[in-house]
Amino acid sequence: MLSVHLILFLLFGAVCVAGAVNLLMQRHPINSALSLIAVMAALAGEYLLLGAEFVAAVQVIVYAGAIMVLFVFVIMLLNAGEEERSAGSRVAWLLGIPGLLTGSLLVAWVLLRHAGTDTLAVGGNYGAGANYGSPPAIGQLLFHEFLLPFEITSILILIAVLGAVALATKPETPAEGGN
Amino acid sequence: MVPLSYYLLLSGFLFACGVAGFLIRRNIITIFMSIELMLNGVNLSFVAFAARWHSLSGHVFVFFVMLVAAAEAAVGLAIIIAVYRTRETLNVDRMNLLKL
Repeated sequence: MLSVHLILFLLFGAVCVAGAVNLLMQRHPINSALSLIAVMAALAGEYLLLGAEFVAAVQVIVYAGAIMVLFVFVIMLLNAGEEERSAGSRVAWLLGIPGLLTGSLLVAWVLLRHAGTDTLAVGGNYGAGANYGSPPAIGQLLFHEFLLPFEITSILILIAVLGAVALATKPETPAEGGN
Repeated sequence: MVPLSYYLLLSGFLFACGVAGFLIRRNIITIFMSIELMLNGVNLSFVAFAARWHSLSGHVFVFFVMLVAAAEAAVGLAIIIAVYRTRETLNVDRMNLLKL
């Protein structure tokens, strides 16, 4: 039974998987950055399917917009070229690939064991009325229950801005002053 | 209706790709992007669990993760610029001293 929800999930999921694999395979950082943008845009689609409208909008604006612009800007500023690969150790290949396969198959088996039961299904009716995932509902939660963490993050952002400016400015030459 | 485990599988795959990229890539900017991929994988499972339990707290946590990721990107890229200015390389194999 293929519902519209499942088809859309598979579509966005395929874009996510392809983008993530492409990020690993590409040698040039700008190609990796562009595939990461594709992953983030497809993830915004998944959030919409899960009823998280506010999170989907913020994902596109903050992640795919602001953060990735910063990445692309730095890649172009530093004129990053193709990366040189160093050969990994042979033990890592011999142990890593079977270990990775075993681990991922185990996780997939544990997760998919209960996939058929209806109790774990997601989608359709989310409860809490039509308000679920809307900005007013999130704002209510953010400014009542999570007020202290919210204020602390504002301090974190302030410190991050000051730190970024302090780190990225050119150090003065010792002759002119400072130490 | 999509089972919750499909979302968790996708989230785990994204996280695993982030870990693999962090380990096998040699360009420091790509390593940084792999960290962002890991954060995105975690965000997906937050939202999926929020939809499963009909709760909005997961969305608020995703909001906080994004704020921390933005702060991390600003500081981390500033550090990359500072390192590049002194080392003139982005290859992590050549950055083996904490000293400038």
